[in-house]
Amino acid sequence: MSDESQTTLKQGSGEKEGKKPIAYALAEKQRDISVAEFFEKNRHLLGFDNKKKALLTTVKEAVDNSLDACEEAEILPEISIEIIDMKNDRFRIIIEDNGPGIIKKNIPNIFAKLLFGSKFHTMKQSRGQQGIGISAAALYGQLTTGKPIKIISKISPNDPAHYCELHINTQKNKPEILSEEVKEWKKDHGTRIELDLEANYQQAGQSVDTYLKQTAIVNPHCTIIYTNPKAEQLIFARATDMLPKEPKEIKPHPYGVEIGMLMKMMRWSDSKSLQAFFMKEFSRVSSGVAKEICSKAGILPTFKPIEVNRDQAERLIKAIRETKIIAPPTDCVSPIGEELLQKGLKKEINAEFYCAVSRSPSVYRGNPFQVEAAIAYGGELPADKPVRIMRFANRVPLLYQQGACVITESISGTQWRGYGLSQSQNSIPVGPAVIVVHLASVWAPFTSEAKEAIAHYPEIVKEVKLALQECGRKLAQYTHKKRKYTDELKKRSYIEKYMPFIGEALKDLLDLKKSEQETIENMLKEILEHKRGKLEKVEMKNEEYDEEFAKIGSEEPEDSGDEEEKGEDL
Amino acid sequence: MTEVIKHMKGIANDIYQKIIKKKVPSLDMPIRSLQNVNYDSKIGYFELKGKILSRTLGAATIKTFAQTLLMMNESKKIVETNDIATKREIYYVSKNWGEAMFREQPESDTVMDDIEAMLGFNREQLGFIPEEKGGDVAGRLVVIDQDEEGKTIKIDCTKFGSGAYSVPTSVEGLKFETNAKFILAIETAGMFQRLVKHGYWKKADCILISMGGVPTRACRRFIRRLSDDKKIPVYVFTDGDPYGFLNIYRTLKVGSGNAAHINKYFCVPQAKFIGVTPQDIIDYKLPTHPLKDVDIKRIKDGLKNDPFVQEHQDWDKALKLMLKLGKRAEQQAFAKYNLNYVIDNYLPQKLKNTKSWLT
Repeated sequence: MSDESQTTLKQGSGEKEGKKPIAYALAEKQRDISVAEFFEKNRHLLGFDNKKKALLTTVKEAVDNSLDACEEAEILPEISIEIIDMKNDRFRIIIEDNGPGIIKKNIPNIFAKLLFGSKFHTMKQSRGQQGIGISAAALYGQLTTGKPIKIISKISPNDPAHYCELHINTQKNKPEILSEEVKEWKKDHGTRIELDLEANYQQAGQSVDTYLKQTAIVNPHCTIIYTNPKAEQLIFARATDMLPKEPKEIKPHPYGVEIGMLMKMMRWSDSKSLQAFFMKEFSRVSSGVAKEICSKAGILPTFKPIEVNRDQAERLIKAIRETKIIAPPTDCVSPIGEELLQKGLKKEINAEFYCAVSRSPSVYRGNPFQVEAAIAYGGELPADKPVRIMRFANRVPLLYQQGACVITESISGTQWRGYGLSQSQNSIPVGPAVIVVHLASVWAPFTSEAKEAIAHYPEIVKEVKLALQECGRKLAQYTHKKRKYTDELKKRSYIEKYMPFIGEALKDLLDLKKSEQETIENMLKEILEHKRGKLEKVEMKNEEYDEEFAKIGSEEPEDSGDEEEKGEDL
Repeated sequence: MTEVIKHMKGIANDIYQKIIKKKVPSLDMPIRSLQNVNYDSKIGYFELKGKILSRTLGAATIKTFAQTLLMMNESKKIVETNDIATKREIYYVSKNWGEAMFREQPESDTVMDDIEAMLGFNREQLGFIPEEKGGDVAGRLVVIDQDEEGKTIKIDCTKFGSGAYSVPTSVEGLKFETNAKFILAIETAGMFQRLVKHGYWKKADCILISMGGVPTRACRRFIRRLSDDKKIPVYVFTDGDPYGFLNIYRTLKVGSGNAAHINKYFCVPQAKFIGVTPQDIIDYKLPTHPLKDVDIKRIKDGLKNDPFVQEHQDWDKALKLMLKLGKRAEQQAFAKYNLNYVIDNYLPQKLKNTKSWLT
């Protein structure tokens, strides 16, 4: 309906007939939308669009939280995941970690209130961002089975473990504690959650198995013990005792701030002046820069932040854009590192050639980020299919929405032919290769809350492409060397095949003796070998390849009968 | 030892000497293409310019290198035992060479051409004979040949009725008796049949020869020898299309780029082209077909690269006219007027009007 038709409608049914304005009638329909309703209508945004994905998303949210918590507390993570098939499409998920635990007061909010979390307001590289994931899983379980989420958590050997069962009040978005008690728990510290949900299990493809394996690849410092619904136990053992470099928390950079955010920050700020506000709340703002922003906006630096109105805020935003401010510090992101990335890849893929590249950190919209890429090439990889793409953001594997992701776009937009892969215009290259891309950032820009694909910022596209090109050049060196080698081999065997005929023909033509014929052949061999030079072998052998490990999650899917996104296999 | 074998042994020995001195051997032969021929109307045929292709032994050449030596060896055996082998037979002989065998006959034909060019002998002298028929002859000619026992026999080409005498694969031993005024070499068997059936050779006092497309070496040699011996002119009658001009007529008259090393023996420099010319298409208002892409390509290629066309302005003009017309016409197109229009009108008129010919 257009605006115009709406206007006529109001006039026609309005005061002329002496009735109440229509707005009153409409008002009766206007009320709070409950989170449950919102969730029901938007479950795809949160990664619960189908039963198979619900299982993966739930495991993923819990594991991501555990890893974040362990790393923040500087504990080497050990996480166990158990999925039990309860039949009739019901599953029970039990996840236990050795993390720092959660204090009693916060447990209900963390697990049974949407949008409660520690990470939303900080600028720090972490897996979780919104405070929505695990409570969404709890809500999904509650909606599909009616059962509560059960949590047990312990914060130190001296404290008792706290146990509780939680429901989410879907009208108010508030936790409801169904029962709670103090319990004996043998662990020193850690958290264990248990929830039932309607789900579907699949071993291969976009599955829990694949997710956990890829998680192990990019998180070599953690141990994962996984019991799948077939009661088979898989252990991904820790490959290093080194915790990744602790990411630093940074203040937002002025270039990344939008007007709403700025106004909110000013309202809650306790700074007495705008100048002090900018210097305190943002990174890279010196007193000079703060003054420059204020003067460009035509506001005194001594003005109280709390009194800034919308119009002035808009001027401040404009002033920020016009002021030269150095880029934010970039040592706050924590990459996997070329060596570990390559090591993880070697364990999973049996190829002939591996290379990895970590770019230096860069900035998009005031947010520091860093791109890493790796390529495995040749060996057992199929040569006639599009390359396999493995995407990671802040050490979390991305299994869905490959087509919508900036990583995929950057791979398609890179010219691979020169590097030894075939490719038709702007599409995923074809060849025996696996391409891995990892994006680490204080704020990874996902396209949706389900965190399945990274959004298309030009700065990110550029960095991903540069990383791929760097890998590509290394790959090209190898493929060229290899092509030369196989060509040379072919030529040599060709020469050897036909050489005897020359001796034979000359013997008959010149009536030579058998011994003379042999001399001809020996001499020819010498002449041709001398001419061609020494032959160098090029293949690399991968001793780190783990066949059992590689098999996980790669069996043919037994059934893919649900409403899966087709053509999105990993 | 025959000249041929001496020559082959010389080449084989050069290679042998290089090998035992640890030097990379190579085979040298003239390049066989239009790019490597000269044409001088005084000499009358395409002559090699002397550009040499040196096939040095290496990964890319070793197979052909081996095959060339193996085929030379076969030739040696054939010549020594006074035998012959057809091109097809040689292709089959190679099936006994294991990995070095030829996959298709064109491969073995090419190697044969290489050897011919390398040695400067034609393939009949190497003991290799062509498969193809030499051409059909009818009219005022007696061919003197020998039967299988060596007895001289006379073959009267007026006595084949509606049939014809067939040119043998080797024509060197033939002798001729004739009073004919000219030889008419005809492209298609169909036109030849019509002229024989209606006794055109009686009316015109001539010898008719059907070339059946591009004339074979034997056919070309036959015409050449007959014309030289009896001092009679040769007139050529083909379709009015680039294939008739540049492939059939040009090859008959001056030879081809590919066989430039033997053109000396297989050309008929005295031949004249009487039709169908592009001008005839206009003058006789002949029914036509549009030029095909390959026709246009052949004309352009001829104008640009063919030394024969470049030497003769009349051909250059004729080809440009055809390109402008965008049309070609067949010998049979005269049937538009009536079936014997060719005999009663076209040929007599053309023979009288020498200005309408092309060189």
